Amino acid sequence: MRAVISVVGKDKPGILAFIATKCAEKEINIVDVTQKVLQDLFTMIMIVEVPSNQDSFRTIVDELEDAGSKQGLSIHVMHEDIFNSMHTI
Amino acid sequence: MRIESDNILETIHMIDEDCLDIRTVTMGISLLDCADEDIDQSCEKIYRKITTKAKDLVKVANDISREYGIPIINKRVSVTPISLLQSVSGGDCTKYARVLDKAGKEIGINFIGGYSALVQKGLTRGDQELIESIPQALKETDIVCSSVNVGSTKAGINMDAVKMMGETILACANLTKDNQCFGAAKLVVFCNAVEDNPFMAGAFHGVSEPDCVINVGVSGPGVVRAAIHQLGEHASMDEVAECIKKTAFKITRMGQLVGMEASRRLDVPFGIVDLSLAPTPAVGDSVAQILEEVGLEVCGGPGTTATLAMLNDAVKKGGVMASSNVGGLSGAFIPVSEDAGMIQAATKGILTIEKLEAMTAVCSVGLDMIIVPGDTTAATLSAIIADEAAIGMINNKTTACRLIPAIGMKEGEKLVFGGLLGEGPIMPVKSTKADVMINRGGRIPAPIHSLKN
Repeated sequence: MRAVISVVGKDKPGILAFIATKCAEKEINIVDVTQKVLQDLFTMIMIVEVPSNQDSFRTIVDELEDAGSKQGLSIHVMHEDIFNSMHTI
Repeated sequence: MRIESDNILETIHMIDEDCLDIRTVTMGISLLDCADEDIDQSCEKIYRKITTKAKDLVKVANDISREYGIPIINKRVSVTPISLLQSVSGGDCTKYARVLDKAGKEIGINFIGGYSALVQKGLTRGDQELIESIPQALKETDIVCSSVNVGSTKAGINMDAVKMMGETILACANLTKDNQCFGAAKLVVFCNAVEDNPFMAGAFHGVSEPDCVINVGVSGPGVVRAAIHQLGEHASMDEVAECIKKTAFKITRMGQLVGMEASRRLDVPFGIVDLSLAPTPAVGDSVAQILEEVGLEVCGGPGTTATLAMLNDAVKKGGVMASSNVGGLSGAFIPVSEDAGMIQAATKGILTIEKLEAMTAVCSVGLDMIIVPGDTTAATLSAIIADEAAIGMINNKTTACRLIPAIGMKEGEKLVFGGLLGEGPIMPVKSTKADVMINRGGRIPAPIHSLKN
């Protein structure tokens, strides 16, 4: 299944590396990355392919979001269907 | 399919900043097959059926919430109106309330609705016994909600039932006067009640529904308010309506997705999305503040009814396009104590019961969560119910009353319920008497459907 990881926080070196490492640990394949820094604010959106086991997906969501908040980053991991259904007819 | 980054950020902003959430995933369960002449047998079957059918409801809703990143605030169950079972079994009706409470707590849900009776045309023995037991039932239980339908466009208004309900509301408040008169907050009196409503306190599982069904209620006044705010002051009303429509579309799509997914995982048919704008006491998550964002100084002043009519209609138009199965109440809710903007407007004295009554003619659902002085008589409460039911009956829509008499308190004081139910000031009620009219009883005949002016 595909998911969207979004990261917002104060810019500093190593954010992308941090997320990418976390993904590699969990065997999450990164499909697409968009990243911007606007006035010190780091914004990144990553489309990823998650191994299809729903229980492990929920653990991944919890771990990534917790790890993010320790670094002062707001991380969301969401199933891609939510965006497809809300923004397309 | 390529997802645009802007859309992703918009969705996240809606959830994080504008309080977008799924208000409730409600499982409707038919209890008709639990009816038994022995009330204890009947209760046992009910307990078994609810704890079997809905045992995974909370887990599945929580899982979906984590995977999709959407908060699902409440998980609820609605059941067949209990008066039907009471008609078969007789006996102490509060036993049913206690078993619903126990089963609901066992599976971890927030509310269970269906301690209900449909009496628009007349009362059976079961209906009568259920209504008489409501005050005690709501006092003894925590999560059970009760509703009584006293009128409909097809049947007219049952004034005997209206009289009973005024007395019942007062008794509910009296029995729970040490607990913010909370009993009355769990009781709603309907005209034209719908059978697939997922929202409390009025949810019940109608007899025309399947054995088990999943209904979803969305929320999102904060998102609509933010969208109108972005539009600025110079947009015309049709542009505002268009903006509300688009926002309602997105909110409803989310509800549809969650409903379908819950239905698939629980292996229960998907019923409807109720696309109501349901406010919460949280800052910004207010229907009153949407109206004020459109351009009213205070909700309840001149212009309120027109703005609300536009809002209600635009929400429906956007939502209907987004879901194949829209139902329930579907519109804008205007509960006073659950809406920070309404609470402020009522405290200022701008929003009055009379204005709210006018507003209920153009939106769902009715005089909701309104706190009235403790010395309001049962006949006056009945008269307010009759007025509200008449609006529903004539206009072919659902209306409801959830009035909470603040026993021992006067205007200027307030009741605090906490949680989603919020808090509210005591609103003034005109003290002229309607006793003779209410004591007449009988029925107001069903209205004519032509010559509509």
